Amino acid sequence: MQLTVNSKRYDLDVEPEMPLLWVLRDELGISGPKYGCGAGLCGACTVHIDNTAVRSCSINAGEVRGSITTIEGLGTPANLHVVQQAWIEHQVAQCGYCQSGQMMTAAALLSKTPDPSDSEIAEAMDGNLCRCGTYTRIHSAVKTAAQMMKGK
Amino acid sequence: MARLKTIARRTFLIGSAAIAGGVAFGYYRLRRDPPNPLLKGLKAGEAAITPYVRVDAKGVTLITPRADKGQGSYSIQAHLIAEELDVDPHKVRIDPGPPDTAYFNSRIMDDSLPFATIDEGIMARGARGGGEVLSRVLGMQITGGSSTVPDGYQKLRMAGAVARETLKEAAARRSGVSRSQLKTKDGQVILPDGKSLTYAELAVEAAQLAPVTDVTLRPEQEWRYIGKKMRRIDIVAKSTGTQQYGIDIRPDRVMYATVRTNPGMGGTIKRYDASSAEKMRGVKKIVPIKDGVGVIADNTWRAFQAAAAIKIEWNDPPYPADSAGMWKVLENSFSKDLQDSRLRNDGDVEKALAGSSKPIEAEYRTPYLAHAPLEPMNAVVLYTQERLDIWTGTQIPVFLQAHAAKLTRLPEEKVYVHVQPIGGSFGARLDDTYALQAIELAMAMEGVPVKMIWSREENMAHDYPRPIQLSRAKGTVRDGMVESMSIDVAGQSMGASWFNRLQAPVPPGPDVSSVNGIWDQPFAIPNFRVTGYKAKEMVPVSPWRSVGASANGFHHASFLDELIHAAGADPMAELVRLCNHEPSKKVLQTLRDISGWKGSRIDDRRARGVALTLSFGVPMAQIVEVSDTPQGIKIEKVYAVCDVGRILDPVNFEAQVRGGVIWALGHAMNCELTYENFAPVQTNFHLFEAMRFHQAPEIIVKGLELGGEVRGIGEPPVPPAAPALANAIFALTGKRVRELPLNKSVNFA
Repeated sequence: MQLTVNSKRYDLDVEPEMPLLWVLRDELGISGPKYGCGAGLCGACTVHIDNTAVRSCSINAGEVRGSITTIEGLGTPANLHVVQQAWIEHQVAQCGYCQSGQMMTAAALLSKTPDPSDSEIAEAMDGNLCRCGTYTRIHSAVKTAAQMMKGK
Repeated sequence: MARLKTIARRTFLIGSAAIAGGVAFGYYRLRRDPPNPLLKGLKAGEAAITPYVRVDAKGVTLITPRADKGQGSYSIQAHLIAEELDVDPHKVRIDPGPPDTAYFNSRIMDDSLPFATIDEGIMARGARGGGEVLSRVLGMQITGGSSTVPDGYQKLRMAGAVARETLKEAAARRSGVSRSQLKTKDGQVILPDGKSLTYAELAVEAAQLAPVTDVTLRPEQEWRYIGKKMRRIDIVAKSTGTQQYGIDIRPDRVMYATVRTNPGMGGTIKRYDASSAEKMRGVKKIVPIKDGVGVIADNTWRAFQAAAAIKIEWNDPPYPADSAGMWKVLENSFSKDLQDSRLRNDGDVEKALAGSSKPIEAEYRTPYLAHAPLEPMNAVVLYTQERLDIWTGTQIPVFLQAHAAKLTRLPEEKVYVHVQPIGGSFGARLDDTYALQAIELAMAMEGVPVKMIWSREENMAHDYPRPIQLSRAKGTVRDGMVESMSIDVAGQSMGASWFNRLQAPVPPGPDVSSVNGIWDQPFAIPNFRVTGYKAKEMVPVSPWRSVGASANGFHHASFLDELIHAAGADPMAELVRLCNHEPSKKVLQTLRDISGWKGSRIDDRRARGVALTLSFGVPMAQIVEVSDTPQGIKIEKVYAVCDVGRILDPVNFEAQVRGGVIWALGHAMNCELTYENFAPVQTNFHLFEAMRFHQAPEIIVKGLELGGEVRGIGEPPVPPAAPALANAIFALTGKRVRELPLNKSVNFA
């Protein structure tokens, strides 16, 4: 099986029914996507396939069509994506475990809806659970990221 | 548990401990320092070295021994040391350090004592001193109880000051300039001629010196960090997916593992059949462990699949099989022989009840609740016959080290616990069952690192929950005022369950946790009685964010609201009138003013509820504002006001308060663990959602700094939120909800 992750191509020998999350984490050592529920309920494992946010725990590796981007491919400490800049500016993270998934969902939202309304933000972010309760700062950071994108 | 001879050596060791190529500085408890409130309970002449600052040729490392589960403890500990040491916490290394009795938590026992945390009487202070000694003797390096700040506020700054002055002394000796002529800035000692010496350059010389201990802490006018908005040291890592948690550790040749243990916690395993699992792809070994079986494979998912394929028969644990049976145990626990405490008995409740034609009676129930942090329990373990290495997130590293030594029969000094950042805990990492299971598996794979992860389903079933609690309350009102309140509480002892698992002595005296948040509340109700009944142990339980007050705040503040409404009084005005603790009264008055309180009913679509709970020394009052919408009740807004003495970091302060409110409201609305066949029905987040984005309200936070003792803020936002919400629902609908979760009784938008 071949997968493209963060613009890099990998040849893999795994069962097609292995969830993408465990291919990324255990086979490729890409640890930004997190395991939280294994059932598409928490969003901690969110990645992009092409430009769509997908729960990597709930898609089998063999079903992936398209190029995969993880949080590591979205931006790096030296080259931040606007969503990451906004997340830093608002100091969104507490434990931070859900935040890779939150940022991937937010980035996918903004790529399709550059100026989302409050209800569009709520709808997009509702599938990403945060046990620390950072929702109010996530909301502010999404707004800020949208503003920053406008400025570019 | 740590051995006494080790404690003695460490407690009385004075001097800087030389380390390879550098120096470690400590905090010195000085004979002449009576104003320091943290020194209460310390005998004159005692000194302790607790290393917090390491300097070597590569630079400065700050040791931050309280675990970071997201509450920002690494950042605040680093800033407190840096405040005196003159380093930029973002430019130095931060290390949680090894498990060590020297890192005992002087404040961890405060909440287990039968004295209110605001009680400054001689008995209370004496008991707190005793709690500190107990913690020190047992080497209780524990993170919890909102104690990181109160425990570290003085001693971490002192550690920074001692290190700074000692480095200056080294520079003085090298340069021939007296220490008083030297200044420090950004990791350097500055000489009068403007030349500078880095701390790293001075490390070897500083190691030869006796630490300079005649230091005084800087006055607050000179503070660079404390009280100002801080930038979390982990904020870039946590905003780029580069923060490494325990679950992300991936050593060479690592094998992946999981376990299945009796879903009825505490029950044992009868037999299992792994014949089909053994043949599955990637499976390396299937190993019996305590109360279950573990699978070691070459991929976590393959381990999960194989574990699910094992056929297992369990033995029943020793408690009722379902929730109805568990509640029955509590219902039958209100008997004289099970009475455990009566920590409050003001006036004469019986007389007031007898004198009333219409006493008010109510029963309150709060469910078992899982901590369910998003990072499931996990540990990486490498076992050899010579040593044991454990990489995991833990709030109890010293206990884990002791338990691991016992399990492996290695001496404690051969057990290395490498504490990792934690993806949420809320109390879950105050246990180490998962790590001990990982050790059992690693012992079957000598020389191979084993990474054990609980599936979410395993995690839900084995999350030692908050205990269920049942209150029977009675009260009377007279002349528009609350006249009497009696609350009888039946619950299983959290302390007994948890301390026994830790193999630590259960604190003597009554089980305070089961009545905290009721008996210790700052209201002068003329007749006020609180009685605790100790039910038998059932599901093994543990501390859950804000511990006893998390449930009891709901019982107490809801029933108080019932009485106030029965008296026909305004809830805010009557709370203020009853309040007999000045800081709490100021908190309530501030809340009233910033919210523009004009009664609990705003209009026919909107209403408010108010509640105050004092926990962990912090009076926290909240107003929850709700509205009636076609989709159900919606939480529009929350006002939260508290007094913590002093706010060290306004950014994290606000984050903790908001997070605590969301935590509390989400669970109060939506969560419970119910049991069938000894196991929780709630197996994953679809049945245990807490709060999602669309339910999160606007939260207005106001922190007062009334100058009293500096307190932590992780736990106190939780207890008053549920009753404030239930009180708002009453004001809106006329329906008094006395059982959590609230969504069993009302619909939420």
